[in-house]
Amino acid sequence: MTEKKNYHADKNGMYGRFGGAYIPEMLYPNIENLKSVYKDIIQSDAFQKQYKSLLKDYVGRPSPLYFATRLSEKYGTNIYLKREDLNHTGAHKINNTVGQILIAKHMGKKRIIAETGAGQHGVATATACALMGMQCVVYMGEVDIQRQAPNVARMKMLGAEVIAATSGSRTLKDATNEALRDWICNPEDTFYLIGSVVGPHPYPDMVACLQAVISEEIKQQIKEKTDKDYPDYVIACVGGGSNAAGSFYHFLDDERVKLVAVEASGMGVDSGETAATIALGDLGIIHGSLTYLMQSDDGQITEPYSISAGLDYPGIGPQHAHLFDTNRAQFLSATDQEALDAALQLTQLEGIIPALESAHALAALDKMNFDKNESVVITLSGRGDKDMATYMDRFGF
Amino acid sequence: MKRLQQLLTDKKNICSVYYTAGYPNLDDTMTILQSLEEGGADLVELGMPFSDPLADGPTIQASSEQALENGMSINKLFEQIKNMRQSIRIPVVLMGYFNPVFKYDIEKFVERCREVGVDGVIIPDLPFDEYHEKYQTLFEDAGLANIFLITPQTSNERIRLIDDNSKGFIYVVSSASVTGAKKDVEKEQIDYFNRVNSLNLKAPRLIGFGISNRSTFETACQHASGAIIGSAFVKLLGEYGANAEKIKEFIEEVKGGLM
Repeated sequence: MTEKKNYHADKNGMYGRFGGAYIPEMLYPNIENLKSVYKDIIQSDAFQKQYKSLLKDYVGRPSPLYFATRLSEKYGTNIYLKREDLNHTGAHKINNTVGQILIAKHMGKKRIIAETGAGQHGVATATACALMGMQCVVYMGEVDIQRQAPNVARMKMLGAEVIAATSGSRTLKDATNEALRDWICNPEDTFYLIGSVVGPHPYPDMVACLQAVISEEIKQQIKEKTDKDYPDYVIACVGGGSNAAGSFYHFLDDERVKLVAVEASGMGVDSGETAATIALGDLGIIHGSLTYLMQSDDGQITEPYSISAGLDYPGIGPQHAHLFDTNRAQFLSATDQEALDAALQLTQLEGIIPALESAHALAALDKMNFDKNESVVITLSGRGDKDMATYMDRFGF
Repeated sequence: MKRLQQLLTDKKNICSVYYTAGYPNLDDTMTILQSLEEGGADLVELGMPFSDPLADGPTIQASSEQALENGMSINKLFEQIKNMRQSIRIPVVLMGYFNPVFKYDIEKFVERCREVGVDGVIIPDLPFDEYHEKYQTLFEDAGLANIFLITPQTSNERIRLIDDNSKGFIYVVSSASVTGAKKDVEKEQIDYFNRVNSLNLKAPRLIGFGISNRSTFETACQHASGAIIGSAFVKLLGEYGANAEKIKEFIEEVKGGLM
């Protein structure tokens, strides 16, 4: 008998050799505090009641599991789309922010800080803060502020203060650094609301727990729609990896379910213009977590590239690194062009315009072979409204 | 490590100065080190620049960015300081973030430190437990002191744990802030210094973060074995470059009458 594998964090936040909390002493008390309370809070009846009620009536869950007829015909299999794009604010990000804001409230915190790249997590955070009447500060790279003006306006309208990160490459990783610096300077009243399964323990586990509702619902819904109680495949895109972590969560121990994560390879894995962290496979520490990341030979973290702003993070959540190492999940990558093609195909076959991030997951269909009796779940993490400028530019509409 | 322990045993009002290696110019490292020793600095913290220095304020961030642009790396730094012990007598401590050291290879890094005569290291994001379990023996066998940070939020219990495992000094971060943030020492900081002093620790303490001039240096020296000046000195380098005269003036001004 083989030993049962563990795909979850141990008490130190390690997933195999990945994870942990590589943080300066200034953050230690805050991280320790959060570590000691997050599980109890999440498991408490009070939290569960509030969280479930918000997911249902505010976010609009459960999100449908939609059988994509024409897409299924094309690939000769049974494709189901998990419609996170139909959530309030248009993506899966809100599952996490309403959860963390409740945790922050339980901890008596008054002020919320967050980092954002394209602005999706910033908007989801500002939304949850408006809902709960909490002060909200969002750090966003100066470069991203310029290219994501509508999301900046949304955050401001929601009452958030948006602060430009002007250091380094002035994008997501620098916004994350600024948020961590803010937390160092405001250790008492502030809660750092991280948007993905990255950062020091307990963030990767906490965010995965809050996104786990995605796979919890898939499990129920697939039973209702097929003659099996599990899907053969679950496919999701990964940047930091929160929608993938949530989509995989309740299937991790069910080896019948093949898990597929799709990274953004930008202009190509070896082009130097990529965000395919796993494909490049270099071990190191980023934002407090030991994981695969993109770095120079001297250990300087390099700037990733993808057409999709939500996937261009130079690291990946430590759980995903572990799923890769243990072969529990298969990691594929899709280029900008492959994602664009997949987005257009879904739009014209099913009448759904996907976010560019989610389009990377859809692009996996051309890279895999399925049986006609198999069921394939693809998480559609967000809708494409925010990407219309890119689509217009690339397709000439 | 002996040089460092000797200094900490023998001296009060220790003036420790931080600068980023490779800034403002790639090859300024030794010139600045020499000027600091001649100018009267007691201890030097040599910064290894990193792309994502999350505990640092704008001044040190900018110097790190410039240093990296100039081509600085750990390898390059070891090349620059390989003969430093032919002329430099004061203790030298390397300070930087964990990822570049991890990528360089920790064992190789420790070995190179020993070879060139580095006395200690400060790696703020190397967690205590990880150091204790994996690297403490390696560091101590190589005569390298690992220097830990404590902050106003650090519990007494944890301070004692850190003290028990410190071979050099304890870096007392003066307030909840990143480097280069504050100007004056406030009452609640003094309370915190007094709390730390009341613990009767074995390891001497140096106070850093927000120490920028004679007044803050003197206040810090009243509550610890000395103090660390970083951003204020890096600013001076930004303005005047590796200018021996300016560096000497700066140290004299900060130290004033305190010897």
